[in-house]
Amino acid sequence: MAPAQALPVTTDTIVPQKIRAGIDLQINGEHFRHTGDPQMPLLWYLRDVLRLTGTKYAGEHGDSGADLVLLDGKPASAITLPMEQLAGHQVTTVEGLAANDGTLHAIQQAFIDEDAIGCGYCVPGWLIASVALLRRQPHPTDDDIDQLSNLCRCGNQTRVRRAIKRAAAGKAGQP
Amino acid sequence: MSRRQRDDRGVPAAGMPVAGRPDLLRLSRRRFLQVLAGGAGALLVGIRIADADSAPLPLALLGDSFFDLGAYVRIDSDSNVLIGARDPDTGTGVATALPRIIADELDADWNRVSVVGLGLGVQDNNGQPRWTYGRQVGGTGSSIPAAWNDLRQVGAVARWLLLRAAARRLGVPADRLRCDAGTVIAPDGRRFTYGSLAEDASKIALPDAMPPLKQPARYQLIGQPAGDVDARTIVTGQARYAIDQHDGDALVAVLAHCPWPDGKLARIDTADTLAVKGVVKVVQLQPEPNQPWGSTVIAPAVAVLAEDTWSALQGRHKLKLEWTPGPSGSESSSALEQQAAALVAGSGAPTTRVRDEGDLEAAGKKAARRLQASYFQPWLAHATAEPMNCLVRLDKDKASLVVPTQAPQKAWAVVQRLTGLDPAQIEISVPRVGGGYGRRLDHDYVAEAVMLAQAVDKPVRLLWTREQDLDHDYYRSGSVHQLSVIIDRKRQLLGWDQRMASASALVNRGVPDGRLWTSEVDANQLPAGLVPNLRSDWYALPSAIPRGPLRGMPHLSNAFAVQCFIDEIAHSLKEDPLHTQLRLLGAPRQIALGNGGVLDTGRLINVLTLVTDRIEWKNWLRSVNGLGLACWHVNGAYVAHAIEVGMDGERLVIQRVVCAVDVGRVINPLGLEGQVAGATLDALSAALNLAITFKDGRIQQHSGKDYPLASMAQLPDAVEVISVPGGDLPPTGASFLAMPTAAPALANAVFRASAVRVRRLPLMKELLRLL
Repeated sequence: MAPAQALPVTTDTIVPQKIRAGIDLQINGEHFRHTGDPQMPLLWYLRDVLRLTGTKYAGEHGDSGADLVLLDGKPASAITLPMEQLAGHQVTTVEGLAANDGTLHAIQQAFIDEDAIGCGYCVPGWLIASVALLRRQPHPTDDDIDQLSNLCRCGNQTRVRRAIKRAAAGKAGQP
Repeated sequence: MSRRQRDDRGVPAAGMPVAGRPDLLRLSRRRFLQVLAGGAGALLVGIRIADADSAPLPLALLGDSFFDLGAYVRIDSDSNVLIGARDPDTGTGVATALPRIIADELDADWNRVSVVGLGLGVQDNNGQPRWTYGRQVGGTGSSIPAAWNDLRQVGAVARWLLLRAAARRLGVPADRLRCDAGTVIAPDGRRFTYGSLAEDASKIALPDAMPPLKQPARYQLIGQPAGDVDARTIVTGQARYAIDQHDGDALVAVLAHCPWPDGKLARIDTADTLAVKGVVKVVQLQPEPNQPWGSTVIAPAVAVLAEDTWSALQGRHKLKLEWTPGPSGSESSSALEQQAAALVAGSGAPTTRVRDEGDLEAAGKKAARRLQASYFQPWLAHATAEPMNCLVRLDKDKASLVVPTQAPQKAWAVVQRLTGLDPAQIEISVPRVGGGYGRRLDHDYVAEAVMLAQAVDKPVRLLWTREQDLDHDYYRSGSVHQLSVIIDRKRQLLGWDQRMASASALVNRGVPDGRLWTSEVDANQLPAGLVPNLRSDWYALPSAIPRGPLRGMPHLSNAFAVQCFIDEIAHSLKEDPLHTQLRLLGAPRQIALGNGGVLDTGRLINVLTLVTDRIEWKNWLRSVNGLGLACWHVNGAYVAHAIEVGMDGERLVIQRVVCAVDVGRVINPLGLEGQVAGATLDALSAALNLAITFKDGRIQQHSGKDYPLASMAQLPDAVEVISVPGGDLPPTGASFLAMPTAAPALANAVFRASAVRVRRLPLMKELLRLL
């Protein structure tokens, strides 16, 4: 067996790469820097770059609400938000609703309790809209719930309504 | 019962990893017992003789401790049970219901069961496909009845193997042992977990005859409510639909389709598109000549392939395209409607006489009263929540796809035709699907993705935009229905003449002309069997606008016409509509309708009675609100709706909705309630708002603004669902059962509340026109 060759001695110094300029924002409590096209909508940044795919594509205008995220606590359609507008902002997606230890948010648990699932594609958007509603209105009336503009092709709305009321009543996770 | 020699070499399981649920199930090489569904619902249990080792990788994560007890059931030594769900779940709940059918026969502990979505199961049988799991179709109302026929036996065989393993260990005959919640219990009280028996059980030869099925009184899971097995992954955003899946270096493809399916590309300038950073290539797609609808590209298209979705969309935006129309460029929905109205009102022969009983002309001589009305249904789109998409990787001897499909075997056929690969070289994974409604029985988008992957020699992730979904669909045809009734002096319905004109969904699909009516009208629909002289005629409407199956067809349009017309008859006779319905149904009895169809009037009377009692129908004349009623039967299942509406000026408020269903045995009552409430809201949403129109062959609805699904505020706060205990009647499908009666009950209620008779959908537009 040939003796091990000594590593070549290098005189180059390692120069740290220059920090790339970008858009700094917080997503689900973590810091991210977007260095790509500033016009890219948040939706594609989440889905294509970060592969956080819980936020769904819901049309070019976010018609159905399946692409809702919380932007500084308020619901916003991720496809209508160019990254350049998000510097310094806080975004919460459906993946960020549960606690770090996996404990579900009350509204997530309430959706499970009421089996308010349907095909499930629009559920993340409903959850985000519901979280925002319950923050604004901890005990929403039917009229308050009627203000949600999300759409559901499966016809899951009656169960969503029950889930929101259950979460508001503090009964998520109870029989 | 055929049984082949057991082979000791063992093969990997055919289960596919499916994202959204744990990526599972590549089992190491070992004995593999296979349960095959044979023809006509018979079940063949056999040993697959093969030595292929081509199962996909992520299954290795499970380790070696799982033992196969058939193609659907695996148990590890800790008694964790994996059960495969074969049919795609598009929101119908089959991923929960089918495994529970197996688990109950297996006497498994549901808390220890994990459900695995099975991808397409296909093997090579001398160059022909052999389907590992039997039929695999979702969202057509056939999953539960089919599962009842064969999946119970899958569970029973696995249970039989475990019992035999325990019997050998104990030296006690198997018939002295019993099973309970994942354990085998000996006569002396000793218990053996399934996990401790699984390895031995996997080595036991299959039974010569099918083991007996459980007595229904012993069911533990069937008939008990269960939440969706995917609920947790969905509410945490972890569920991976096909649209969420990535494959390394796949290019994202978005398309610009020609507005006309038969149009042509006249001019193309791609310079600006190719200048977009990230755009890799522009490719033209053409429908293959002589291929049926749904198996090739839906319309000529230009695809932009890019490194990411945003680049692809920008590239598409910068395409400069000019299209020229084909013959369909002269079509308009309003002209087709006029043509349809002329057909049903004219004296020309129908395309098909669907039903002809008694003698209408003779009955006419006894007429004391005649009534006639025409009803108009718009064209409709599917508008699934998850748009069409497909992920495909083509290698020299393998195609791997992730497809949001309702019918993976049909998707397979498209891939096979385009690639020429052997049957088992095509892998199709089917994650949970964001809605189907019939759209995903067609696979134009799969053909597009495969052609693009061939053109760029790279994996492709195809994405349709929401707008494309509306612009390029296999629509449900609009229709005109003309109904006439002959009533005698005793107020009996003596004759019924029903004419429908529509463009068949089965054109361009290899269906003979004489069967084109079958997508448009049900020969056994009400009031067949109840009126002695009855004729049902169908008139074909020519159109080149693509058409295909849509949830509830053909009942959705026909139930609206028939059930509104019965309400009009009641009004004309100054009768309570419930009374008219019950008079028509007569005594509880079973009426053979031909082709195996049976109408059990007792079951229909029962659901009518249940909804009218619940909504306090007897107060209907006194109510300031309007009450409406409708009933229907579909393939041996029965449904009725009672709806209460109020009018507040021009605003329609749906106050109360009650729906009763009789589906025979109920597998999952919670799932059934969800399907019934969901189908009700789906039907109301369509009836209130939705219509596709076209002019110069171009679809005029492009977004949610033009095709507005009902909002929360427009829909009722609750749907009260009453489910008839089905006893030992076999289960039927429920995924669209509650659709047909919702719209006529609504229109009948609107009539009582407003005195306006709506005979044309969508209802809100027509109501506002008539008010």
